[in-house]
Amino acid sequence: MASLNEVLEGKAICICAGSGGVGKTTTSAAIASGMAAQGLKVCVLTIDPAKRLADSLGLKELGNEARRVDPSLFEAQGVEMKGELWAMMLDAKATFDELIARQAPDEESRDRVLNNRIYQQISSALAGSQEYMAMEKLFELHTEGDFDLLVLDTPPTRNALDFLDAPKRLTQFIEGKSLRVFMKPTGLAAKVTGRGVSVALSVFKRIVGFDLLADLAEFFNAFSGMVDGFQARAKRVNKLLADPATCFLVVCGPQGEPIDEAVYFHRKLVEAKLPFGGVVVNKVHYPADELQGDIEDLPGTLAEKLGDPDLAKRVAANFADYQALAERDAHNIDHLASELRTSVVIRVPHLDEDVHDLAGLAQIDRYLFATAEQRVEMAAGRA
Amino acid sequence: MRGYSDGDPLFLPPPEIARNCPIPNLLDKRLVIVTGKGGVGKTTVAVALGLRAAGEGKRTIVCEVASQENASRMFAHTAVGFHEVEMEENLWSISIDPDESMREYVLLQLKVRAMRDLLFRSRIFNYLAAATPGLKELVTIGKIWELAQLDRKVKQGRKYDLVIVDAPATGHGVGFLQTPRTFASIARVGPIHSQAQTLDRFITDHEHTGTAIVALPEEMPVNESMTLERDLRDEVGVAVDRVYLNGLYPERFSKAEAEKLARLAEEENGAARSAARAALSEFGRARSQRAQLSRLRRGVEASVKTLPFLFEPELGVEAARRLARKLG
Repeated sequence: MASLNEVLEGKAICICAGSGGVGKTTTSAAIASGMAAQGLKVCVLTIDPAKRLADSLGLKELGNEARRVDPSLFEAQGVEMKGELWAMMLDAKATFDELIARQAPDEESRDRVLNNRIYQQISSALAGSQEYMAMEKLFELHTEGDFDLLVLDTPPTRNALDFLDAPKRLTQFIEGKSLRVFMKPTGLAAKVTGRGVSVALSVFKRIVGFDLLADLAEFFNAFSGMVDGFQARAKRVNKLLADPATCFLVVCGPQGEPIDEAVYFHRKLVEAKLPFGGVVVNKVHYPADELQGDIEDLPGTLAEKLGDPDLAKRVAANFADYQALAERDAHNIDHLASELRTSVVIRVPHLDEDVHDLAGLAQIDRYLFATAEQRVEMAAGRA
Repeated sequence: MRGYSDGDPLFLPPPEIARNCPIPNLLDKRLVIVTGKGGVGKTTVAVALGLRAAGEGKRTIVCEVASQENASRMFAHTAVGFHEVEMEENLWSISIDPDESMREYVLLQLKVRAMRDLLFRSRIFNYLAAATPGLKELVTIGKIWELAQLDRKVKQGRKYDLVIVDAPATGHGVGFLQTPRTFASIARVGPIHSQAQTLDRFITDHEHTGTAIVALPEEMPVNESMTLERDLRDEVGVAVDRVYLNGLYPERFSKAEAEKLARLAEEENGAARSAARAALSEFGRARSQRAQLSRLRRGVEASVKTLPFLFEPELGVEAARRLARKLG
């Protein structure tokens, strides 16, 4: 089994993707801190609105700029930090505003867009805009070239597809080809050609009100000068994602549903010809590798050793519950590995302590970066 | 008389019914919104609430949004789509697709059939509908509102006593519920302005609308639940009624027993040692979860109810049924 070190060898970008609630943010932070500890200058980006990354890195807050995580915090945990760990919490709206400022031909066009009410909604609320801005920031940081490795924690999209399609959907939206043909700043319906169109517009106007329609028209007009720039940029972003120095890691949990989603997401990556690196399965119940003796009479054996039949019964029942979960996990992971036809399936066990700080990240790193032999040893060392 | 005979409690209700004491306030509302971050078990709780309400004789519908089909899957039912499908007695399910909601909304607004057909075929209309920020969420909430009406305009629309919504994961959760308010401010005039206001009043009407957050007993999910309750109150005007702390491990072992087991884990080999270690893991997790539970209780205004971790490979409808009994 290949280790994470081999997978990330020579990579400039690592994108952690997967459905919500599987520990993507923690995994991203652990990968970044692990690679930094080995000597790289690494930046981890997240756009999770819940500020989880800041929490886990011991930072009070993360702005729209990369901040260095205090190396003494690692030393306090007994982790030798040979490189540098930086972190950034992406503010989608601020990134969008910066992008507009960069793309606008002049100040007036810039302000027209920034002040438009439709833009203000889109930049913070439109589905896909967060994903798009994450790509934007990634592209920007990569172009500036200050870091050896960028780790991106993707937003908790319900549908993996949303995330991959975001740049395309957003540029299509901004392009608004079909709309701009018909809409002109002066008199909405006046310049509309064709009966079908005029009915559609007037009905839409009746539903949403003239006001909103005027804002939309204004928005597309204000944007019209920037469409080409946006398209060109989106193309370069897509090229970067498909680059061999980019690596997608699928993060999931061991239950049936997250596994199915990981399989689905992997298929989408392959279809989009994006470089898949491997899969990280979090919170796995390790099976006890050291089952010897008569498991049938475990309660009896335990009762004898503990001198407490009631406690023995409870210990045995608890063990049976854990074994059942471990078997389920093993079965699901086998299924995952065969579906993905990959040898890179990295299991991170369900740790006794819930991970939310640097000490927890360091513990996860032991599993993420373990060689195959180390992994076997660690699995045997715990129940 | 048979009722007096030993061992035959004829006049006592079966235990399932005895435990079915109503949850004060929550299931007596017209709408219950179940929210929380991804992967915490929102659908399971929404379905469990649905089973509970249906068991009390309430005609109940569980709504999923953004074309999710997790609830129907729990019942091992084929995808229900944009249809009200009966899962079992008194319990229906629907998956609300925004495009279908938009169609239905326009159908109710426009009486002339030819005009509607023209509209739906129109590229520009479809484009505008997709381009207007928040419109999809707005018509989705509009459909939820429609389901909760006693006098439904939709043909053959059933009357429900209770509508339960499995809301999108937070991050987007507050945004989703905030849509009517935001929309009312973008569209300052026109029918949609007043409709958005109606929907905002519907969501924030605490007498008829209840909200439950589902959380896990871990550090960050607990933090997020506290933030979510505050944001719902301050930004959307929604008061949270309950926080369900899901997946709580049982406290199977006492501290003294854990010490005994720790000694056993050191001295023994084989299965006995593995079993002792598994017990110690459970002991540790159960304890740290109890610490999160008390932190949550201190950090939120709503009452906190716990739901047990179910040691089952996959959570189906039977698991939800078991949780349903514990929702009180």
